[in-house]
Amino acid sequence: MKPVMPLLSRREFFRVTALAGGGLALGLYFDGSTTAFAESSTSSGAPLSQPARTFSPNAFIRITPEGVVTIVAKNPEIGQGVKTSLPMIVAEELGVDFAQVKIVQGALDPQLGPQFAGGSLSTPMNYDGLRRAGAVARTMLIAAAAQTWHVPVNECSLEHGFVVHQSSGRRLGFGELATLAASLPVPDEKTVVLKEPDQFKLLGSRVGGVDNPSIVTGKALFGIDQKVPGLRYAVYEKCPVFGGKAVSANLEQVKALPGVRDAFLLDGQNDYTGLLSGVAIVADSTWAAFSARKQLRVVWNEGAGASQSSENYATQAAALSGEPGKIVRKDGDVVAALASAAKKIEATYSYPYLSHATLEPQNCLAWPTPDGGMEILAPTQNPGDAQDLVARTLKIAKEKITVHFTRIGGGFGRRLMNDFVVEAAAIAQKSGGPIKLTWTREDDMRHDFFRPAGWHYLQGGLDAAGGLIAWHDRFITVGLNDAEKPTLSANMDVNHFPGRFVPAYLLEQTVINTNIPTGWLRAPGSNSLAFVIQSFLDELAHAGNQDPLAFCLAALGPDRQLAGGKYDPSYDTKRMKGVLTLAAEKSGWGKKLPRGSGQGIAFYFSHQGYVAEVAEVTVDRAGTLKVNRVTAAVDVGPIMNLSGAETQVQGSIIDGLSSTWMQEITIDHGRVVQSNFDQFPMLRITDVPPIIDVHFIQSKNHPTGLGEPALPPLPPAVCNAIFAATGKRVRQLPLSKTDLSWT
Amino acid sequence: MPHYNLKVNGQVRPVDVAADTPLLWVLRDSLELVGTKFGCGIGQCGACTVHLNGVPMRSCQIAVSVVTGMEVTTIEGLSNDGSHPLQKAWCDHDVPQCGYCQSGQIMTAAAFLKGTPKPTDEEIDGAMAGNLCRCGTYLRIRAAIKDAAVVLQKGGVA
Repeated sequence: MKPVMPLLSRREFFRVTALAGGGLALGLYFDGSTTAFAESSTSSGAPLSQPARTFSPNAFIRITPEGVVTIVAKNPEIGQGVKTSLPMIVAEELGVDFAQVKIVQGALDPQLGPQFAGGSLSTPMNYDGLRRAGAVARTMLIAAAAQTWHVPVNECSLEHGFVVHQSSGRRLGFGELATLAASLPVPDEKTVVLKEPDQFKLLGSRVGGVDNPSIVTGKALFGIDQKVPGLRYAVYEKCPVFGGKAVSANLEQVKALPGVRDAFLLDGQNDYTGLLSGVAIVADSTWAAFSARKQLRVVWNEGAGASQSSENYATQAAALSGEPGKIVRKDGDVVAALASAAKKIEATYSYPYLSHATLEPQNCLAWPTPDGGMEILAPTQNPGDAQDLVARTLKIAKEKITVHFTRIGGGFGRRLMNDFVVEAAAIAQKSGGPIKLTWTREDDMRHDFFRPAGWHYLQGGLDAAGGLIAWHDRFITVGLNDAEKPTLSANMDVNHFPGRFVPAYLLEQTVINTNIPTGWLRAPGSNSLAFVIQSFLDELAHAGNQDPLAFCLAALGPDRQLAGGKYDPSYDTKRMKGVLTLAAEKSGWGKKLPRGSGQGIAFYFSHQGYVAEVAEVTVDRAGTLKVNRVTAAVDVGPIMNLSGAETQVQGSIIDGLSSTWMQEITIDHGRVVQSNFDQFPMLRITDVPPIIDVHFIQSKNHPTGLGEPALPPLPPAVCNAIFAATGKRVRQLPLSKTDLSWT
Repeated sequence: MPHYNLKVNGQVRPVDVAADTPLLWVLRDSLELVGTKFGCGIGQCGACTVHLNGVPMRSCQIAVSVVTGMEVTTIEGLSNDGSHPLQKAWCDHDVPQCGYCQSGQIMTAAAFLKGTPKPTDEEIDGAMAGNLCRCGTYLRIRAAIKDAAVVLQKGGVA
C-alpha cells in the first residue's frame, strides 16, 4: 500500500540551548529550520484562552534544574497512541522513569520534523531520530556527572533518573546535572551509543495512555471543547450535491433569529478538498446556530452531479465489465493460461463507498490576529497542510498562521483533509473575531472524503496440481469529475498482490466518472482490495479442493524479498508466511466444526506490516451471523507499547467488522443518502467477537506502524469463515445484503 | 431568554438559555462542562450520557426546560478526583483510544452498576449497547466494568 506521504529523507542534527535559569534543552532538528517553539496546553488542563508560550528551547527534551523532565509529543494523537509511544522511545534511551516524565503536545513547529498522523508512519519515521535524541541527552548527563566527580565516563551509569558512580555509590539527579550538561559540547549523533534492543525496559512493555486520567474525568480537551474569549459559534451549510453552489439564501430572515449575529454566503473555490461554496451562520451559542440553520433556505445551483446515483454507477460497472480496461500490469498470457487451466473460476466482487464517521464531528476554532494573520486550533491529522491551505485560500502569509492541534476524537484518515479548517478560517476572517465551527453529524456524514466504491470482475485458473497459474482482475473504479484517472485511494498499484506471484497475471482498470469526493480511510485501498483478493484466493483454494492455509502458503512461494516500487516497500514472503502459520496455530486452524460454524483465514501486507487473521463464525439456519473469535498474528517488528499495540489490532478488527457487516454510503440524485448513525450503523458491544487474540512476532526488522495494517485481513477472514460455515460466498459488501440462511 | 437554576454536580447553576436548548449544549456552552460530548444529536451514540436523578440519559435529547429540579450529574461530577472504581478500572485496563466516547461509556456503566452490582457479560452488553465506540475498545470496556463491579462489591467508593 502506498503511504499517505512518501517516506522522507532528511538530515537531522542536534543543538543544545540553555533554558532560562539553567537547564538542558536538547532539540532534534530537521533540515535546519528554526522558529520559535510554541507549546500549547490543549490536551489537558484549562481551556486555552490564548496559546500559552513557554520560553522556547526548540526541544523534544527539557530538564529543569528542579529535575522536571518534559518530553514533547510531536504528532497528532487520534487514538493511535503516539502521544504515549513516541515519548516512550525518547524516555527509553534517556533512561528516565516514564511515570515521572511530563508529556506535552507540541504545536506545529518545523523543529519537530514532519508532523502528521497518517500512513501508519509515526513509528517508522521517528524511531531512529527519537532514540538518538534520548541517547545524546543520556550521554551528556553522564559526561556532566563524570566531570563533577572527576572520574572516567565509563565508570558511570544511569539508573531511574540518576547518574550513578558504581564504585563509590555516588549519585546525581538529572536536575542537578542539567545546568552543567547544557554547557558541554554535543556529541556527534552518529557516535552516540544506542541501547541494544534487548536492553530495553520501557519499550515493549505495557504503558497506559498518558491522557487516560484526564479522559476518564472528562478533563481532556478535544478540538470541539476549546474556547477563547469572545467566541462565537458557527455552522456552515454546503450544497448536498457535490460540486453545487449557493446562489442565494434568506439571510435577512436568518439574521433576525434569536442569538444570530451574522449570516453570509461564501463563494468557495473549485478545489474540492478546500473551501467550497456555502452559507455561514454565526451565533451566540452552538444551539442558536443549529436552530437558526433549520430556518435557513438556500437556493442552490446543484450542477451536473445531481443526476448521479449508486444504482447508476453499478449499471455502468456491469456494462464496462465486458470491455477491456487500461492495462496496469500484465505478466504472461492470461487468456491462454485460463484456456489451458485444469480448473477455472470467475466471480464478481463489489464494495460500497464508506464514511469515516469519526465520533467527534469536524470542528475548528479560528481567530484573526491583529497583524492580519490567523490563529487556528484544530483537531487535524495534518496541521502543516491546514496552514498551507488557509494561507493559499485566504491569501495570508504562511508565517502569520499559527496552527495548534488538539487531541482528536478519531481520525481514520478523515482529518488528513482540512476542509473544516479553511471553512472556520474563512468565517473568522469575514466575521472579524474568534469563531468555533461545529459540523453536525449530518454534515460530517454527507461531506466526507469517502472510501471509494469498486467492482472487480475476476477470473482465476489452477493447474492440474492445484497451483495458482492465472489471475485476471478487471477492476472498475471511480474518478472524480474524471473518466481517466482514479480518484484518491481508488487506484490499484502495479505490485498489488497477487501481482508478481502468478505466472499469468492481468490487471485492467476502468474509471467511472463520478462527482463523489474520496479520500483516505484507514488502510486506504487495502481495506477494500483485501476483501476481493483474499476472498477470491479462498474461492480458488476450495475450487481445487485444497486447504486454504496450504493454498495461501503455496501462493506465497519460497522465502524471498520482492523489491518495492516508488512508494510500496519490499515484500518479505517469509514474514508473511510466518504470520499466516502463527495465526493458524493459535486459532486451532483446521479443527472440526459443525455445519453452521466455520473458520476463515486471510493475510495482508499494508503499511509495511504483515498480518494474518483467522475468524471463527457461527451462522444459524435463519442466517444470523455471530463472530465468535478472531485470532491475529502481526509482524511489524519490535513493539513500542504492548498495550497500545494490542488495542490497535483489536480496534482495527472491530472497525473492519463494522464496515464489512453493516456499513455503506449510497448516492442518489448526486447526494449522500445516509445522514446519521441510524442509517449508517456501527458495531455495538453486543456484536463484538468475545475473543480477539493478538499475537506479535517481534522480528528484528525496523519497527513499522500499527494504526492500519490489522484491518485489511478482517473482511476476507470473516467472509471466508461464512463460506466454510454455510457454503454461501459473500461477494458484495456490506455482507448484510447477502442472505446467509441455509438448510 | 428564560432563566433556569439547574442542579449540576451538587451545585446550583443559573443559566439563561432558550427553553428548547438541549441539556448537552447548556452543559457545554453555558457551564463549560465539556466532558459531556456531542456525537450525533439524535440519541444514537451515547457520547452525551449524563445522569438525571441517577438515571443515565442522552443529554442531546433532553430540553433544559424539563430538567429543572432534577439532579444532573456529569462526568466531571462522578468523583472529585478520578477515584470512582470505574475511572480507576478504565486507567488500569488502558481503555481509551481516542477517548471521545469514554465519558458517556463511564456514565452509562456507573448508573448500570448501581442497579446491577454483579453483572454478567450479557447484562453488561445489554446496558452498554447504546454507547458507540468508533475505535472499538469494547473488550476493554467490558473487562473494566467487571473489575469495577468487584471493587464496588467490596465497598469501593462510588
